[in-house]
Amino acid sequence: MNKGVAITGMGIISSIGNTLEENFQSLIDKKPGISKIKKIDTIHKDVIKVGEVDIDNAALIQFLNLPESNNYSRTALLAEIAAKEAVKNAKIKDINQYKTGLISATSVGGMDKTEKYYYSYFEENKNRKYIDAHSLGDATSKIASSLGITDFVTTISTACSSATNAIMLGARMIKSGKLDRVIVGGADCLSKFTINGFKTLMILSETDCKPFDENRTGLNLGEAAAFLVLESDSVVARENKEVLAYISGYANANDAFHQTASSENGEGATLAMKKALDIANLSPNDIDYINAHGTATPNNDSSESKAILRVFENNMPSFSSTKGYTGHTLAAAGAIEAVYSILALQNDMVFPNLNFNTPISETKLIPETEVLKKNINHVLSNSFGFGGNCSTLIFSKKY
Amino acid sequence: MKNYYINGIGCISAQDTSKENFSFDNCNELKNNIVAAFKPNYRSYIKPALIRRMSNGVKMGVVASSIALNEANIVEPKSIITGSGMGCLKDSEKFLENIINNDEQYLTPTSFIQSTHNTVGAQIALGLSCKSYNVTYVHSATSFESSLIDAMITIDESTQPVLVGGVDEIGPHTTALHKLVNHVKKENDFEKGILNTYSKGAVFSEGAQFFVLESDKNNNAYAQLVDVTIFDNLKVNEVEIKAQQFLKDNKLQVNDIDIIILGNNGDIDFDIYYDELQANVFKDTQQLYYKHLTGEYNTVSAFGLWTACKLMKSQETPEVLKLNDKNLTSINYILLYNQYQGKSHSFILLKKC
Amino acid sequence: MENLKKELKEKIIENLNLEDIEVADIGDDDVLFGDGLGLDSIDALELIVMLDKDYGIKLTDPKEGKSIFQSINTMAKYISENKN
Repeated sequence: MNKGVAITGMGIISSIGNTLEENFQSLIDKKPGISKIKKIDTIHKDVIKVGEVDIDNAALIQFLNLPESNNYSRTALLAEIAAKEAVKNAKIKDINQYKTGLISATSVGGMDKTEKYYYSYFEENKNRKYIDAHSLGDATSKIASSLGITDFVTTISTACSSATNAIMLGARMIKSGKLDRVIVGGADCLSKFTINGFKTLMILSETDCKPFDENRTGLNLGEAAAFLVLESDSVVARENKEVLAYISGYANANDAFHQTASSENGEGATLAMKKALDIANLSPNDIDYINAHGTATPNNDSSESKAILRVFENNMPSFSSTKGYTGHTLAAAGAIEAVYSILALQNDMVFPNLNFNTPISETKLIPETEVLKKNINHVLSNSFGFGGNCSTLIFSKKY
Repeated sequence: MKNYYINGIGCISAQDTSKENFSFDNCNELKNNIVAAFKPNYRSYIKPALIRRMSNGVKMGVVASSIALNEANIVEPKSIITGSGMGCLKDSEKFLENIINNDEQYLTPTSFIQSTHNTVGAQIALGLSCKSYNVTYVHSATSFESSLIDAMITIDESTQPVLVGGVDEIGPHTTALHKLVNHVKKENDFEKGILNTYSKGAVFSEGAQFFVLESDKNNNAYAQLVDVTIFDNLKVNEVEIKAQQFLKDNKLQVNDIDIIILGNNGDIDFDIYYDELQANVFKDTQQLYYKHLTGEYNTVSAFGLWTACKLMKSQETPEVLKLNDKNLTSINYILLYNQYQGKSHSFILLKKC
Repeated sequence: MENLKKELKEKIIENLNLEDIEVADIGDDDVLFGDGLGLDSIDALELIVMLDKDYGIKLTDPKEGKSIFQSINTMAKYISENKN
């Protein structure tokens, strides 16, 4: 097995918890965070369900102790909270003691502000400070500034696989010696833009989503942020750090089939999973748990099921999608599910796939529907995005 | 670490840069504050059935990448890495305007799908049936440099050739918003050139530049990419230190650099970053600039690299690009420095190959 | 019915941005999706919105579109039977 890159800290905020501890508790209590939307006024509010973080912007601003003049979008607020928790969790005292980078990911960016003030910007000066907050790199720059990170700061956007790609780049930069330490993850808040966008694609469910169920009708959108701290072996040794887990495998492949739909036999997904196993120097039967992308759309779950069968054949591990808890948090999905994968490793448990009743008739796969205690050494996590972007991470237990 | 050779380049910009016999001598300085890219005959590159859904950004990206791949004689790259600071703005604006103007009713998906930042990279992959590593960087004016850094790591990992580029398009509403906050030059007509406006803001424009990187050079090779570094925030007095450190890390000194290509865009608030370098540590170096020909957009530094490649190959220094005049016997090393609004600083180092 | 068919052809050309196609190029029985006119699933979603906006017909399941949008003839028949 390829040892991989050490993870020494994590931070997360989602609809099932404002901290790492709260998220974990909700997972084991089977308490989802799916409800009708409260903070956005949309005509769809009675026909969609979402995974909304249960704190308004004013409270997030207060929590971060930001001045009134701040121009943080909701994405930036969520991101900074999670990033700070990760840095604290990793017990970092001096961020500049080692060459440290920040790689974040988002698809919404500051769109929550842009859509609110789109026309009123022209009428009054009041909110013009948010014009610069629109760009996808803005939240990342703000976090870098708050944390004092100066060495390498960038942002990735590949739709729903964004954070997975950010984590992958971070691991590669540690491996190549370009960085000693890197904070990686992603964030997305709910917005009218994405709600309506997904509505036009007719893939939003009116009820709680049912990943991998024959009668699934679509996804629930969600918002969240999560970050991991990755550190090189020499930093871990020098600082005598506790390693939470290792990133042992990663891969990014493109389906090159259609802009939004996945190919029927899940070509891109298959390539990504196989390559990640290759990098980790593991075989399919080494994987104990798959945290699937499992958005509960007819297309993804069918395509992903077929891809999983192609890769794992007779060695099907336990698997589940945790999107029944949090909804599909778009660019943040890869990061929050990385956190859940690491929690699975640390606690030797598989988290349940909620709302499942009937397996997909074509593939007959049955996910775990209860918290399952079992020895877990390796977890594979998938995130697939529009544009054919298929990314996979493999997390392995520290030894 | 391997070597990284630029074996193919392609460019769409406010100048007619996609034509085969392009010459800097035929370029005209931009005279207006918002300038669209010069449109090539897209139908000669893209099937009509596909063009219908493509935004300007996607068309520019598909064509620029196609030119670069052709030059490098590559059919399918093993990696596609794209930078875009603002994504496909026109489609974003269209979708958002429909939401607001129609109270969220009768919305159609096309502009939503096309608005995502990674749609250019995705469309290029779709057109080439390329199932390899594909990622998009969206970090403002270091989106392109982030892509280059990933490209270098990818080649180190023995994956190549890598298609890497930058794309940004004009969005009318977004430009109007940026006008409100003085990011766009207020004048819409300046005869004396952008560096003589002494006012806030820059000329807004758009473009796409793509490059094929390989660990071996081919007959067409333009230059060797030596190193790239980015900084989110720097004070004016820190830039010189960072420049010298960057050169030192590559075992070079200031007087090894034959040409420095700078991102002066005529913004009175921020050109000071370039002024400092020009007046001090690089005062004896041949200084060039390009944004008077291209305007400003988040990935315009890719045009700087495209220019550097052209000059490295031709070993010539066009008058239209000059900020000063030094007698050069040969061009061996070119350094590029860019920043936007005091943020997003980048250095790129090129070597003759 | 003939007017409706002509109208549908015009709308398809406009909404789906089929720049090179004229009304005369689309036969009433021509296959619209796949190998025919080459429309895909995103176009189907556009046509579903058009049905709602211009003819007051709401489709809740995108899969219904497959049979309705087979050709201009099938579209015209469905609209005249279901128009509000």
